[in-house]
Amino acid sequence: MVSPMALLARTLASAADTPLSARPLHAHYPVVPGSLTAHLQLRTGEVFTGGSFGASTATIGETVFTTSLVGYPESMTDPSYRGQLLVFTQPLIGNHGVPRRTRDQYGILKHFESEKIQCSGIVVGDYATKYSHWNAVESLSEWCEREGIPAITGVDTRALVHILRGQGSTLGSLSVGAQPIDSAKIAWSDPNVENLVAQASTTEVRVFNPDGDVHIALVDCGAKNNIVRSLCDQGARVSLVPWNYNLSASLDSFDGIFISNGPGSPSHCTEAIAQLRHAFEVYQRPIFGICMGNQLMGLAAGIDVYKLRFGNRGHNQPAIDLTTGRCVITSQNHGYALDDSKMPAGWDRLYVNANDGSNEGIRHIEKPFRSVQFHPEARGGPLDTAFVFADFVNDVRAAKLAGVAATAHAELAAEPAQAAAAAA
Amino acid sequence: MLSARSALARSAVSAAGRIHGARVVPATSFLQQRKQAQQQQQRGLHLARPAGSGIAHAMLPKVRGIAPAVSARGVGRRNFSGAQVHGSTGAEATRLARTGPKVDVKKVLVVGSGGLSIGQAGEFDYSGSQAIKALKESQIETVLVNPNIATVQTSHELADHVYFAPVTPQYLAQIIEKERPDGIMLAFGGQTALNCGVQLNKMGVLDKFNVRVLGTPVRTLELSEDRDLFACALKDINIPVAHSTAVNSVADALKAAAEIKYPVIVRSAYALGGLGSGFAANEAELQVLASQSLSLCSQILVERSMRGWKEVEYEVVRDAHDNCNFDPLGIHTGDSIVIAPSQTLTDEEYHMLRTAAIKIVRHMGVVGECNVQYALNPDSPEYCVIEMNARLSRSSALASKATGYPLAFVAAKIGLGWTLPELQNAVTTTTTACFEPSLDYDVTKIPRWDLSKFNHVSRVIG
Repeated sequence: MVSPMALLARTLASAADTPLSARPLHAHYPVVPGSLTAHLQLRTGEVFTGGSFGASTATIGETVFTTSLVGYPESMTDPSYRGQLLVFTQPLIGNHGVPRRTRDQYGILKHFESEKIQCSGIVVGDYATKYSHWNAVESLSEWCEREGIPAITGVDTRALVHILRGQGSTLGSLSVGAQPIDSAKIAWSDPNVENLVAQASTTEVRVFNPDGDVHIALVDCGAKNNIVRSLCDQGARVSLVPWNYNLSASLDSFDGIFISNGPGSPSHCTEAIAQLRHAFEVYQRPIFGICMGNQLMGLAAGIDVYKLRFGNRGHNQPAIDLTTGRCVITSQNHGYALDDSKMPAGWDRLYVNANDGSNEGIRHIEKPFRSVQFHPEARGGPLDTAFVFADFVNDVRAAKLAGVAATAHAELAAEPAQAAAAAA
Repeated sequence: MLSARSALARSAVSAAGRIHGARVVPATSFLQQRKQAQQQQQRGLHLARPAGSGIAHAMLPKVRGIAPAVSARGVGRRNFSGAQVHGSTGAEATRLARTGPKVDVKKVLVVGSGGLSIGQAGEFDYSGSQAIKALKESQIETVLVNPNIATVQTSHELADHVYFAPVTPQYLAQIIEKERPDGIMLAFGGQTALNCGVQLNKMGVLDKFNVRVLGTPVRTLELSEDRDLFACALKDINIPVAHSTAVNSVADALKAAAEIKYPVIVRSAYALGGLGSGFAANEAELQVLASQSLSLCSQILVERSMRGWKEVEYEVVRDAHDNCNFDPLGIHTGDSIVIAPSQTLTDEEYHMLRTAAIKIVRHMGVVGECNVQYALNPDSPEYCVIEMNARLSRSSALASKATGYPLAFVAAKIGLGWTLPELQNAVTTTTTACFEPSLDYDVTKIPRWDLSKFNHVSRVIG
């Protein structure tokens, strides 16, 4: 006779031995009552079935996961998630609904990071059909439907994340219908081969806080609203310029340059990299980059970039400041990283990820050029590193004052020469 | 996969035990040898982690052999020059070596949990046990004071010396005089232990016998416990606190309530399990409540009632170097339903409270674990701090269980001078303890009121 413990051991063993993909991946959680059936199909063959709570459209995107506990409206409108199917590891999503579209004194949306939902679709474990928050005006479902974004609930997100961690971010197809689409008929197209930055960027120059005392060029690779707001809050006049803006032609009119975050692969942004390379040579005032900005500055400095297996996306990434040894908790969302094993002359590492050792920032040894891979503007995420905006704008201000003095000095130096020329 | 991993770990343990045993155990009695071997194995178990390569495992006994844990100060520090952080075996080796204490203590008194009654803190058994384990891992002699024999922490394989004595300043003073420890840990025995620590400091016992308080300094404990001083401290850094007035008599309480407007909440300073606290909707109710509370302690606080507000609680760990992190929790008081992580907070609210909590613990100078409670208005972003406990609390134990983050263990290590980035994340075992747990599950605690134990008691809740 087989003992119950032996039976249990055998059951556990068989569960562990079967590869994840071979096990049925049906909905384990209740789906929205009365909702349509939806399917998430990975390019590698896995199919997850659940209920639809968004738009009844089909979409294809890179399936990535975020470990953040809060901030789904911010994440979904973050332009860095463009072209991606966003999986939330936190199982209950939708609890606090969707906030109203109020704007702050700069005319920027207060509770969203851009004007619309940027990700291609969302995948959640258990959608909360009822929401409760004083500032909410609609449910997550209504918002997705209104913006034409498909959403699926009832997916075993833990199993899905296991797969993604194992094989890396994978293309996925989200569709609504009783049966999954025949995988051979899906027109798989990798969003990362497109220049997503060009899609997310502004096409014209926009000015915020025109009364600011220093003038900052914010290169828009898909900038989050809170970057603009954080710079304005520091008293700067911000010109949001397109990603491929000809900075070289107007370098002198800016007291500082700021390169924003953005979606996709940095290798498409050759024009921006060329602009930065030129700026590194001639510009003496502060340059700062965030996320995509870090990668672009790294590429311009001569550092290679590589794709992370599943990326770092979440609000609890520890980064160590190599100049002080302090550890900061950061918000992150990136699929690519700089390979800082070899640093070019004149450059040094600034921050490093305490978990996986990946690059979190670089700095120029002499000039005021620095960048970070994480998101100091948060939204969502911890506000621990918000000081970088104050530091940057203060540096810009100091450089401007010093620069004014230098120009005056140059004029003085030029005067005797002119006098001498006149006398001659 | 799993079995292979544990087999690897086992082999590493036995290797460590053998080599270390050969090095340190002289020809003492067999029993002593066996006890040491057992301790070694426990330490080894904690050290052995599934590492990326076999080399790290092979290095384990060697590292332990050449670097006695006490002098591990230089070896243990990560200097983040780059190569070490890049997951090389060098980083593995430093991680393994960093178990020793960084402050110069050899014998530490842990003030234990006490009995299972309101006013004592039997449920702090878990945090005390974790602290003792952390101390033993650092090869520190531990002395435990705890009158409750029905606890894990008093079991013989944990502390080196156990005193089954009441947790009172008088008994503690006697024990300190006898044992002469270099350090004392107060944060692991609930409010009783903290109060004893404050008393011992006042009596001059700690100074007399040169006992260092490991973790949060006594001044911070005093500040956080005296609600008036606490409110003043928070005003310094512009953190809103519940409008409250400290009073010493019933007449003053009535006067204060008239100013604040009813309903009010009455809280007693140095409260134990919420003893002597309650709501009063009018003058008559306050009269009764205030006289009850004042019979228990000399000072009570009359505050604006925030019934219906969301109660949010954060567990914060801060090391002496100012690194902080958190466990989010939901609604709490002893008898409430607790949900982790918080569910209806937006990103803005969550991080507003988080940032405030960091500001508070930094301002107050907490070293170790601390818990901050807020009330959040459900109709606006208005919030205020209800209280702060500069110790392991009931919710810390829950948060530890819910997230897998060993708050008490980490707090004890921080008391010994370690910084968070140097400590290891117990969940992943490959990353650092300087992080915030992000859950892919939700945890709910629903209390069970065993009312059948009480005869003739109303069963209406609320």
